[in-house]
Amino acid sequence: MTALHHSLLPRVALPALALLAAFPLVMQAIDQPFYIVLATRILIFALAASSLNLLIGFGGMVSFGHAAFFGTGAYTVGILMVHGVESAWIAWPAAVLMSALAALLIGAISLHTRGVYFIMITLAFAQMIYYVFVSLKAYGGDDGLTLAGRSQIGFGVDLASDVVFYYVVLAIVATLLVLLGRLVNARFGRALQAIRENETRAQAIGFPAYRYKLACFVLGGAMAGLAGVLIVNQNELASPNLLHWMQSGMLMIMVILGGVGFLYGGALGALVLLLLEETLSEYTIHWQLGVGLVLLAVVLFAPNGLLSLARRRTAGG
Amino acid sequence: MVEPLLALRGLTKRFGGLTATDGVTLDIAPGEIHALIGPNGAGKTTLIHQISGALPPDDGSVTFGGREITQLAMHERVAAGLVRSFQVTNIFQRFSVLDNVALAVQAGSGSSMAFWRPAAREAKLFREAHALLARIGLADKAASTAATLAHGEQRQLEVGLALATRPTLLLLDEPLAGMGPEESERMVQLIAGLARTCTILLVEHDMQAVFRLATRISVLVSGRIIASGAPDDVRRDNEVRRAYLGDEVPSAAA
Amino acid sequence: MDWILLLEQTLNGLQFGLMLFLLAAGLTLVFGIMDMINLAHGSLYMVGAYLAATLLAYTGSFTVAVLGALAGTALFGALLEVSLLRTLYQRDHLTQVLATFALILIINEGTRIIWGSQALLLNAPDALSGPVELFPGLTYPAYRLLIIGVGLAVAVALYLLVAHTRVGMLVRAGASNREMALTMGVNVKRLFTAVFATGAALSALAGAMLGPLLAVQVGMGESILILAFVVIVIGGIGSIRGALVGALLVGFVDTLGRTLLPMSLRSVLPPMVASNLGPALASILIYVLMAAVLFWRPQGLFPARG
Repeated sequence: MTALHHSLLPRVALPALALLAAFPLVMQAIDQPFYIVLATRILIFALAASSLNLLIGFGGMVSFGHAAFFGTGAYTVGILMVHGVESAWIAWPAAVLMSALAALLIGAISLHTRGVYFIMITLAFAQMIYYVFVSLKAYGGDDGLTLAGRSQIGFGVDLASDVVFYYVVLAIVATLLVLLGRLVNARFGRALQAIRENETRAQAIGFPAYRYKLACFVLGGAMAGLAGVLIVNQNELASPNLLHWMQSGMLMIMVILGGVGFLYGGALGALVLLLLEETLSEYTIHWQLGVGLVLLAVVLFAPNGLLSLARRRTAGG
Repeated sequence: MVEPLLALRGLTKRFGGLTATDGVTLDIAPGEIHALIGPNGAGKTTLIHQISGALPPDDGSVTFGGREITQLAMHERVAAGLVRSFQVTNIFQRFSVLDNVALAVQAGSGSSMAFWRPAAREAKLFREAHALLARIGLADKAASTAATLAHGEQRQLEVGLALATRPTLLLLDEPLAGMGPEESERMVQLIAGLARTCTILLVEHDMQAVFRLATRISVLVSGRIIASGAPDDVRRDNEVRRAYLGDEVPSAAA
Repeated sequence: MDWILLLEQTLNGLQFGLMLFLLAAGLTLVFGIMDMINLAHGSLYMVGAYLAATLLAYTGSFTVAVLGALAGTALFGALLEVSLLRTLYQRDHLTQVLATFALILIINEGTRIIWGSQALLLNAPDALSGPVELFPGLTYPAYRLLIIGVGLAVAVALYLLVAHTRVGMLVRAGASNREMALTMGVNVKRLFTAVFATGAALSALAGAMLGPLLAVQVGMGESILILAFVVIVIGGIGSIRGALVGALLVGFVDTLGRTLLPMSLRSVLPPMVASNLGPALASILIYVLMAAVLFWRPQGLFPARG
């Protein structure tokens, strides 16, 4: 098994998908609808974290400004709705496009730097976008932008129902993860990983590194924008917190926790972190302390993320 | 008069007060193995950087196959057939030997802006990669992780990566660096075999290898070419003996 | 043009900039010498403010409160360094991000457990609560003058320490070339702990002094931390001089920008637009500055690494 190939792990993924599909029905049966909402939230962050994993894990680009694309997707939907555009068929692609555009502009400039400077400049741009949206009083300012309702899909699909919304989110996230899996195993993914692994060498065998990194940055931004579309629909609120640097930090924590460069690293990290938050906050108001301690434990015992433990075991080491 | 494959005219590079490359003018003829030798610090690697596109020269021009490439980016030169290997082994350590070479083949066979089809299914790509591995003598190591190879095998892979991009001109930067006698012998055979399909500019310290392989030799001292021509002529040149070779010159029988 | 307002804001900028310098100095040294991204640096600032507020409540003496906060936070920082942070130096930046982010959560929550979620009261000493007339027409709060005074004094002291003492030379050597410093046989462990503890003390000083002006509450560290990163990027990672220049630059641009931009925009744009655009532009200004530096001169204004 070469380090370049990333299996979608159908033997694990398909049963998991089946479980996820059955989940809302089970929750309805035992009258615990809250968990459907929680699961939806986890799925959305799994998408957002996976989009950042594309950048960090596969592209080698440690971006500390990913929240910018997450929030841009959310705010685009919100702003369009304020102006009467409620159709998902218009607003959602528009939001993804806006995020991709933002990623194109930010990436084009930032990719001329590397290392810690790249981390800082992506942070700087994300902060600029944050302050722009916070200052737009017409669109909520500090308090955020409340939506009149969720996006309209039509064809009898009513997103106002949490169960329907869950299935739409599941379909989208599952599809995107499959696309991600195809992407990293296609020529693009291999070239990208070569560039991440040894940029000088990659250039020397003929890969134009900048071009591929920028394409990756844009794809990751677009994917984050899609996650933003989903989160704003779930919360029915576009909050400036979605753009805050702590949000970028959170996404990064999810990726590192799950395993940088593992196909399901982002998704697993999102699952673990959000479940941890949820369970701990049931027991104590000071749940952040628990989360912090668990993260420290991960640093000490599984520094390459949780999925690296699985690889260690299968390698027999 | 055959037109040179690579023509350097007045190439100059300065680092602050130091002139690393001092008006280098040199022709590499198609099909030859041209060795570039010189004492440490003569500026050989800097010159290779300027030819390959890693460093822009301050002055002068680089012409390849009749086309001026002085301003061309590295990956564009690679696409044109001008490829280098590295003095310090620079491979994809964490990937398998096969993947290392397959990546190089991939880079040279059309665009990699393909997002859907698994590259592993591209039979032609991997056939070519396997063929290359056989050619450089690493066929039995295809599945090994590159980092686990012995030093000599890694140098072979290094050359293999350059070869995989189907070069017209191959810049080999000290391919025998750090090799024992057995490994060196294997590498010399490999290079001799390569010369059948491409022109080679070879930077080396190993004089035995140089005199065995080279059709022409140029000597670089303090950034300037002080002699260039047939191996025997260079060996007998007084200036060269004084500046560099001394009594390291192997006898004609070597 | 209201000159009084301009002068007042300039002094505010100086005051803010000097406090940012205290925060940035520690951060730049840790980043420059130990190559560690420490997201929890803002937490030390917060701990300093909390300790000062608590000591003030107990002793009633502002001086004791500040000095106590310095010592307590320095000790806390040293313990943190010796127990946990030391293991992070050799790790990659991502691991450091994860670990120090976890620290933020732990320290924030720990603070809430000990002191509760309400903001703490930290008042300036009574003697300094009034304004001082600098010259006819311009009065300025005495306390802010104290901050400026303390900031300048520390800047001078740091300069003397770094430029004219043996320890300072070791620090500078470490910042400009870590491997060389190691091979020169410097007792690295003790030096690193000392550097970290000093940085912690400086942050605590900033926290204690700014306490009366800003709110002493959980989360205060995060909002100022990012400005500290902006400062060290602009100034040059590892350089104290860079931290000072960068901090003053950021202090002035941010403060003056917040007052002048909305004002000048109002004279050319309709008031609705101006009141929206003004604050936004002012906030964005320092990030534009940071992005510009990163693009054109990524090593900063005073690069420590040769």
